[in-house]
Amino acid sequence: MSTEPTKITSPTKTALPPKITSPLKREIYLLSRVGLRDSHTLPVYKAHGGYAALEQVLTGGFTPAQVIQIVKDSGLRGRGGAGFSTGLKWSFMPDPAKDPRPRYLAVNADESEPGTCKDRVLMEQDPHGLVEGILLACFAMRVKTAYVYVRGEYRLSHERVAAAVAEARAAGLVGAKILGTDFACDIWMHKGAGAYICGEETGLMESLEGKRGHPRPKPPFPAGAGLWRQPTTVNNVETLANVPFVITRGADWFKSLGTPKSPGNVLIGISGHVERPGVYELPLGISARTVLEECAGGVWKGRKLKAWIPGGSSTGLLPAAKIDVAMDHDSIREAGSMLGTGAMIMLDETACTVRAMQVIARFYEHESCGQCSQCREGTEWLHQIFARIERGQGRMEDIELLSSLANGMAPAKTICALADAAAIPTHAIVKNFRAELEEHVRLGRCPLDVERHAAELTDLVPEGAHA
Amino acid sequence: MSPSERPALPEALRAEFTELVRHYPERQAALIPALHRCQEELGGWLTPETLEACAEFFGLEPVEVFGVASFYPMFHLRPVGRHVVGVCHNISCALRGAEDILRETCRVTGSKPGGVSADGRFSVVRLECQGACTAAPMLVLDGAFHENLATADVARVLGGAR
Repeated sequence: MSTEPTKITSPTKTALPPKITSPLKREIYLLSRVGLRDSHTLPVYKAHGGYAALEQVLTGGFTPAQVIQIVKDSGLRGRGGAGFSTGLKWSFMPDPAKDPRPRYLAVNADESEPGTCKDRVLMEQDPHGLVEGILLACFAMRVKTAYVYVRGEYRLSHERVAAAVAEARAAGLVGAKILGTDFACDIWMHKGAGAYICGEETGLMESLEGKRGHPRPKPPFPAGAGLWRQPTTVNNVETLANVPFVITRGADWFKSLGTPKSPGNVLIGISGHVERPGVYELPLGISARTVLEECAGGVWKGRKLKAWIPGGSSTGLLPAAKIDVAMDHDSIREAGSMLGTGAMIMLDETACTVRAMQVIARFYEHESCGQCSQCREGTEWLHQIFARIERGQGRMEDIELLSSLANGMAPAKTICALADAAAIPTHAIVKNFRAELEEHVRLGRCPLDVERHAAELTDLVPEGAHA
Repeated sequence: MSPSERPALPEALRAEFTELVRHYPERQAALIPALHRCQEELGGWLTPETLEACAEFFGLEPVEVFGVASFYPMFHLRPVGRHVVGVCHNISCALRGAEDILRETCRVTGSKPGGVSADGRFSVVRLECQGACTAAPMLVLDGAFHENLATADVARVLGGAR
């Protein structure tokens, strides 16, 4: 069984920085150490500028408020999907003089949005960057205990971050009297067990407390009542990995990258029907076409692009015509989707968008925690309807039924946004690919992939389905 | 069954969990990491006895521990084969041949998805996204990722698992 030593299999492909044509300034920092031999170790990290930000803050007389201000000024927005201002989130933590309760940082390393594998690259290949980001965040928020909630499947990520924490502890960078100062901070690893909903911040906190990962109603927000009802901030891995660079290079440098409203670089994963899938570090605001054609080598097999998802499976499917959109929060919203986790999923001209939505709806059905009836029942119905349209047993009125169900599920009708994550792509396919849904109904079969479908083992209930 | 009659955890695991609970202000927080260790050390799945022993250690009712364990797909509550093979069937893998990988996995192991092969060697499960999207399609053998697979690779990958 799994007691054998971990075999390190091929890590997620991370392409070296490709040359690209873009009017935006290009500079690599997040992945600057990736590809170096033993990039995950302390000596290599330190030899390449590691822990300079921590030293600067702890020995340079910075106050926690100053660190929060720098992060606010930089305009850094969370990289976990929601894009909320990191500095502002940190400032929500209560003043310890008025609220002396214990306080926590929970690192969201439960990367599970389909299409997304960027945090894994950071944890496997640059884990000290995350550790330094955690320490800076804890200093800024006066937190003494951080938990890194790593999804259980990320065995190598867990090992590498745990090893980095141990190395840092031995070097006096984690624990008491960090760098000889009064700053103390402990970092503990925590392994999840395979539930997408635990990437939702309140589901994550419930799970970290040893319970079912049922999201909590908000308010109260985590900054007031989070882990064990104490003040808590939840930050994504990539967000924290940005922080040391923001400190050493400054807010103005950070704002020189990306766009005014979405500054900095972002890790964009591109998967599906492309020649070179990979995780690429690019300035926010980069054209999606540049990512597809110059980073990923274009659509595979010389085919044409039919549809694409800009930011993970919960962001709406866009038609090929929108491929010139800029990859930043506001531009993609205007185009009718969301930046999400920056996980682009490309579908070539032979792909069936209904089949793709069937797979996505199956996922949300499987992952619904079951607390809210709109989500528990809605995701199941969405999956069943997409499946029957794909099988050729759909009715024209099913298309309106999809919209009506999605309207009943979201926005803001449930405790958390999982129902929204299923409803948003449903609206998108009805809006952008209605003709393909109608064609399935009219023909009484999928117009694409006929041979493959005949042989498929589809629609079995997945093992381990819960709720 | 009264708490004193419940099965106990092996001493080595008790010692490990005693250390683990010190990382948290409340004992129950260590439950999920502890269930992982139990599954690894005590036969590959969480038997009713294991769940009861965890309940005893954490001061919970067995039904509470069952409620937690049954929520998380990585925990097996029924016997599994000597090796567990999972194939991701989510979108990025599906676009690059995940169903072919699953079909080949079933052919090589002689098990259906969700089942155990007749010789008890393999369990085969469908998995949701594992975060290997840029290296799709993939399978997971006993926790280890095997990525960028072609159908022809499956027999070789599984061949080493006796």
